[in-house]
Amino acid sequence: MSHGGESAPLVPNLFDVCKVLTLAILGLVDAILDGIGAAIPPLGPPLAGLSDFLLGNFVVTVVTWIIAMTVILLWATLFNLLTVMWLERKFYSRIQDRYGIMISIWSLPFWPFNRRDRPTHKGTGYLQNVADGLKLLQKENLTPATADAAMFHISPVLIASSTLMLLVALPWSSGFYIARLELGLLFVLAAFSLAPIGILIAGWSANNKYTLIGGLRAAAMLLAYEIPMILCAIALVFSTGSLNLFDIVEQQERPLIDFGLFAIPAWYAFGPQILGFLIFTVAMVAEMERIPFDIPEAEAELVEGWTTEYSGMRFGLLFGFKWLRMIAGAALIVTMYLGGWSGPVFTRLYVGNIPIPVFPEELYFLVKVWLLCLVFIWISWSVPRIRIDQILQIGWKRLVPYSLLAVLIGAGSRVVRP
Amino acid sequence: MPEFWVNMGPQHPMTHGLWNMRVKVDGETITDAEPEIGYLHRGYEKIMEVREFEKNVVLTDRLCYVSSITWSHVYCLAVGRMMGVEVPERGQWLRVVSLELQRVASHLMWLASYGPDLGLLTGLLWALRERELFLDLIQLMSGMRMNQNYPRIGGVRNDVPENFDAMCRRSIEHFLGKLKGYEKLFHESKIFLMRTQGVGKISAANAIDWGVTGPNLRACGLNVDLRRLDPYETYEEVDFEPQVWRGADGGDSYARFVCRFNELRESCGIILQAFEKMPKTGAYRTKAPRRAEGEGFARTEDSRGEALFYVVGDGDDRPYRVKIRSPVFSTMAATPILLRGNKLADVVAILGSVDVCVGEMDK
Repeated sequence: MSHGGESAPLVPNLFDVCKVLTLAILGLVDAILDGIGAAIPPLGPPLAGLSDFLLGNFVVTVVTWIIAMTVILLWATLFNLLTVMWLERKFYSRIQDRYGIMISIWSLPFWPFNRRDRPTHKGTGYLQNVADGLKLLQKENLTPATADAAMFHISPVLIASSTLMLLVALPWSSGFYIARLELGLLFVLAAFSLAPIGILIAGWSANNKYTLIGGLRAAAMLLAYEIPMILCAIALVFSTGSLNLFDIVEQQERPLIDFGLFAIPAWYAFGPQILGFLIFTVAMVAEMERIPFDIPEAEAELVEGWTTEYSGMRFGLLFGFKWLRMIAGAALIVTMYLGGWSGPVFTRLYVGNIPIPVFPEELYFLVKVWLLCLVFIWISWSVPRIRIDQILQIGWKRLVPYSLLAVLIGAGSRVVRP
Repeated sequence: MPEFWVNMGPQHPMTHGLWNMRVKVDGETITDAEPEIGYLHRGYEKIMEVREFEKNVVLTDRLCYVSSITWSHVYCLAVGRMMGVEVPERGQWLRVVSLELQRVASHLMWLASYGPDLGLLTGLLWALRERELFLDLIQLMSGMRMNQNYPRIGGVRNDVPENFDAMCRRSIEHFLGKLKGYEKLFHESKIFLMRTQGVGKISAANAIDWGVTGPNLRACGLNVDLRRLDPYETYEEVDFEPQVWRGADGGDSYARFVCRFNELRESCGIILQAFEKMPKTGAYRTKAPRRAEGEGFARTEDSRGEALFYVVGDGDDRPYRVKIRSPVFSTMAATPILLRGNKLADVVAILGSVDVCVGEMDK
């Protein structure tokens, strides 16, 4: 919805909120220190110096950053990760007629709407994944005797931290982000391609044939699918002229067809970039290692692939972060091709020239991300797994040429409509 | 990277039971394979020599835990022939009904395990859902879901409950309607065809040489069905079509899949026909003598191939010698031919299509 010459929307910025919170906390600490200083006079001057230091620019900035990153971390893991895991369990249970997870997961002990006649049918099952995580925390953490212990232990950390790095650059809305990077798209793609190194290390260091084959498969596959992904990103950059994820979203906010109350927005997936969108999505499924592209951990022949030897919470980390990578991948697709946080229905009411958000932008973003996740889940539970040679054939012989075509289309659209 | 051996078992998600498939891989390509059988050996042939004829029925149920009735039936048939016991007509029809119900349940178990072999867990849960229908029917018939102990020497243990034919008709009607969903999930899935077509090929000549029987042999294009070639019970009176691969190049995983899948429909047809043709009342069992002398031989079309029992009696109330031919045991000998030259991921896709049951393989 473009309204010319508007002022900045009244969307609360994460950093502003965190700064207010920081100042409130530090002000409280300052008041306590003042009280102590007044009660015990000899302590007065040093405490005054301390409170000056605490309210200085340095401490405020650092604490604001820490709070902001904690908020994003909790938002991503505690809310989004759990919700998407729950969505997946519910959704594939529907597909597969699994009565267990579909209706009878007992979740909240204090659920107020117990159906007494059917005591197992209570709750929504939302806390099931928390229970599973707690179970994994209690389990013994085994390291194989023949494994390279240091490498074996580094790998989950590498995979988890590279996944968390993605969250730095992904914008959840125009105000809810950590960093507004000029090269955000490049940073996200680079962070995505760090994980295969962790997978290769995990497969090699466990000193087990299954993990080794799984690790090598992951390396071969992810290499083949990085290239079409990056080519599609290049094709998109031809249209956007920017690698900044915020710019990319803002370009998609203008309407393609305007019906007054709602508009079909000019998302890149609706334009000539649709080929790039499709290839990028397929490559992203491979990047997430979901069926049909989950050969690195093909449980049928490789037991559990490169995660075979992990146990306890190390396995839990690797297992849970697969969903976080799925969320990050879906968020990236939404940002690049599906309009990010902009919605088809009006998001802002205009009082004079000042836009006031009606629906939170995060809501639009989350709905899109979760719907895309549901599509991935839908695919992965309705098709078999592809073989390694077939996967590489699809990657090199289909996706790479088509993504080159997408680059050509992107460049052409740039020439036609500069 | 040098070639190395990978153990696919004995504790591995791929194995449908306790056995070991060792494969030698060069990168991802299989250069050699070696089935290791014997983790589940229970010495059936010897145990049966120390038990009375009637008591052995319980044992033969446990030969294959997903296809119990077919195994206890072939034993009862062999001993019955040795004793010269004539099964009443209704008893024979009831045997046919129970055999075909068991065949459908067994094939559904195979379908269920073939799904996750290819990474398609939905296949598992769907097929197990439909299998419940047939387990319920078998339970109505015999009182048990597993190890039914239903066939007897000279007939069957008990008559079916009232309205059993109506229940069968209802379940089968429901089941045949559901099969369309399976065709969407398997036959029409491009990825499924990519994983199965042209994979694990064996020629008809090789299959005969290595003793492959049953649906696996019919998938090579040979019309070999013991229900037609060597009819037992009342199969002569039933009108059915043995499911043979008619296409040009059979013998691959896909042909085996299609033959087995179509047998589901065919078996349902046999059950429906049996209820039309069987006498409504009458004896279902004749009394068999306790002791017997002579030799009895029976071979039937089991869910997995040709099941054979050879029983020798020496006048005592227990067999002198028993010989069991298990179809899967013979098929296992051909697995190196099936596997060589394929990819590591195909081990599962091929062995799943062969339908392994370790219980009868190790005996």
